[in-house]
Amino acid sequence: MKDSKQKILIIIPAFNEEANIGSVISNVRKHVSEADIIVVNDGSGDGTARIAEAGGVTVLHHPYNMGIGATMQTGYKYALLNGYNVAVQVDGDGQHPADQIQYIIKPILEDKADIVVGSRFLGKGDYKPSIARGAGMAVFSRVVSFIIKEKVTDTTSGFRAAGRDCITFFSNHYPDDYPEVEALVLLHKKGFSILEVPVKMFERAGGRSSITPVRSVYYMIKVLLAIFVDLLKRT
Amino acid sequence: MYYFQIFSIIGSIVLFALVINFIRLGLLKEKYSVLWLAAALVIIILSLKKEILDYIAKFLGVAYPPSLLFLVAFIFVLLIILHFSVVISILHERNKVLAQEITLIKSALKESGIDIKGRDKKEKQDNPRI
Repeated sequence: MKDSKQKILIIIPAFNEEANIGSVISNVRKHVSEADIIVVNDGSGDGTARIAEAGGVTVLHHPYNMGIGATMQTGYKYALLNGYNVAVQVDGDGQHPADQIQYIIKPILEDKADIVVGSRFLGKGDYKPSIARGAGMAVFSRVVSFIIKEKVTDTTSGFRAAGRDCITFFSNHYPDDYPEVEALVLLHKKGFSILEVPVKMFERAGGRSSITPVRSVYYMIKVLLAIFVDLLKRT
Repeated sequence: MYYFQIFSIIGSIVLFALVINFIRLGLLKEKYSVLWLAAALVIIILSLKKEILDYIAKFLGVAYPPSLLFLVAFIFVLLIILHFSVVISILHERNKVLAQEITLIKSALKESGIDIKGRDKKEKQDNPRI
């Protein structure tokens, strides 16, 4: 890798996160002061936009609600356009502690992987999912680990850092809804190296998770289907 | 000639004329009219030449030939809907790309001092930079 200073971008996707977005921004700024921060506001109807703007970071506004996949992709497009070497996804709901960001960035800076996923299940922290959610996560973990022939413990984690090549790839290809699991399979298919590092995560500080019990069934089916379709797809 | 033949011929001609008229008025792109016109033509032919209908029905083992018209119409409807699903998916993707470009362009404009918020026009007037 070249010696020039690495440009790091923290991408915070936010949809109706007025309860958390302010503290997320200030925490990230405190812990990763060398990075630039953007908030991608996915057509929020509450005070998210106002609070984010007041936080003094760049805020990108989607003209309408486009979903988490498109929101992340907008962030990656911004990163590509502005020449960032590292892009980090940090949820706007406050479940990703800012003091953990350094651990997922490190392997990218050291050129050890193309994408780093922060995992809740590698010993750090004491995250305990509900039985149903835990079972779903285990299924995804098995399926993805089998496909990419490498153990992935936390496939649904949205706490990730991507290097330059990954940023370029994501700018052109990013799954629409519930993108985390599918993105791993796509990356593997394209020959990118995936690395998991242990991180702590919080339970959500406020607001509601996007995954309700009814949606979780749809989520399971959609993601599994998408994975198998991705395997057949030519990209 | 049976009534069902007359009925389906008239129906198909009306469909054909409607589609042509929609194209003429610019309400329908030629690209999306092909399957509709093909459906109308095939049904007209099968209704006019009952021998063809009877032959295919016998070949497929359909006891009542006129019901074959339903099958043909149904297959066309399925094809048209599938075609629409594909078109919608393409439009969805293009729409997403456009919205993302607008988002990025607006952000770039804002950085160079031009704030196009769109929603609150009041702020725009108060902003001396514009």
